[in-house]
Amino acid sequence: MYNDKESQKIVDIIQNYARKHSLFILAYGTGCGAIEIPPTMTSRYDAERFGIRGSATPRQADVLLITGYLATKSLKRVIKVYEQMQDPKYVIGFGSCTINGGMYWDSYNTINVLDKYLPVDVYINGCMPRPEAVIAGFVKLQKLIQQGKADGWDIYKKNIDEYKANQKKIITNWVMPDFNF
Amino acid sequence: MEGIGYKILGAVLTTILAFVVGMFYGGFSRKITARIQNRVGPPVWQNFLDVLKLLFKKTSVRYGFMHHIAPLWMISMSITTLMFVPVLNDGLFFTNLNFSGDIIFLLYIMVMGSLGMALGAGSTGNPNSAIGVSRGLTQMVGFEIPWVMALVALMIQYKTTSVTGLMEVQSQSGTWLMFSSPFAFIAALLAMPGMFRYSPFDIVGAPSELASGPISEFGGKYLSTMMTSGSIFAFVKLTLYVDIFMGGASNLIVLVLKTFTLYMYPVLWGTVSARFRTEQSVRYFWGWPTFFGFIALIYAAF
Ligand code: SF4
Repeated sequence: MYNDKESQKIVDIIQNYARKHSLFILAYGTGCGAIEIPPTMTSRYDAERFGIRGSATPRQADVLLITGYLATKSLKRVIKVYEQMQDPKYVIGFGSCTINGGMYWDSYNTINVLDKYLPVDVYINGCMPRPEAVIAGFVKLQKLIQQGKADGWDIYKKNIDEYKANQKKIITNWVMPDFNF
Repeated sequence: MEGIGYKILGAVLTTILAFVVGMFYGGFSRKITARIQNRVGPPVWQNFLDVLKLLFKKTSVRYGFMHHIAPLWMISMSITTLMFVPVLNDGLFFTNLNFSGDIIFLLYIMVMGSLGMALGAGSTGNPNSAIGVSRGLTQMVGFEIPWVMALVALMIQYKTTSVTGLMEVQSQSGTWLMFSSPFAFIAALLAMPGMFRYSPFDIVGAPSELASGPISEFGGKYLSTMMTSGSIFAFVKLTLYVDIFMGGASNLIVLVLKTFTLYMYPVLWGTVSARFRTEQSVRYFWGWPTFFGFIALIYAAF
């Protein structure tokens, strides 16, 4: 009786409401776009009014913010960090570099399409995106969470073989456990 | 039989009250910090949403027994402490379990929560946690000394070792202990920010320096239990200060006003100051607060 669809729906609504309004972000700020994070969080644009708050460790974080290009070396660290985060977790690709490589599209040591290696929920385009765009991206993520569509973490679990194959193609010296969960 | 029923009901009510008030205090402090920084800030109920969201998170981390027990230990210690602090002067529900000698008991039990946190953080094996724990224990050595001195001075001066005893002294004489033993109050007040761990004393959970220190491996349900425990404990500490130094409170509105005023002092200090280093913090606590603690002892003895 308590597990039927109607009560599950109510639980989902409460769950999604709480998740939506409390996003702890972990900024992986190695790309140049990371310079836009401080203005987004501080006085002028104040992302905290949406319940967005920085978190210090992957264990507490909900959103992984990847700010721009990823060198193949740092991709390894990002995968580690992503897998240490607890479900449900979301990834925001920040800047054109994460979408198609941006101005580093023909570089020998950056990846081009982030979505091949990690499931991206929301992309924010621009090189670099202004704080308004970043906040718009967060609002978009909140909408997706409300509708229950931000399920990149689920997709990652289901297609883990595919993602792992892609990751291993890029990272040649894979000296870490296969899974860091 | 009826007495026990009332006691249990009172305990449950007190816990809920402490949770709600503590959470709102956290929310208000975030809002006020935001306003000082010229921001809009999160809504005041933001902490409830955070706790709720963390409860709904899945957890797939296993670090052994102590890691599971630590948050439960902390919350049970907070509630135990709450049970021994009279919330209102004389009400049906909120007087709780007092006995003569409970100040000494409180001094011990108030550090038990931190001890549980230390054990839990130690079992995660994260180096940041270990550094955070060692800093926390060092800082505790700092602020416990003036705080204990203040309380011992009061115990000597008024020849009672129970919180209700001190409250009776105040209601009989009509002045708050804040005025009748000012040095003990100054010592305790100067030691207070160390307990709340706002800047400049946030050396334990420094987010950018230690990746939030002892709690760096706790996420999801663990973190939400810890946040709950923290807000209950904040309420307990504030209520204890109000009981001892500010004459307690006869109803909830007065209580909330007094505790909130007191709470603003570490929060506002925190918004305008940067973080101390560990030895600076200890040097601070062993400086003027301990000096006033000595004066309080001398004042009490003669
Ligand atoms: S999108 Fe532009 S700003 Fe962002 S990391 Fe790439 S080059 Fe830098």
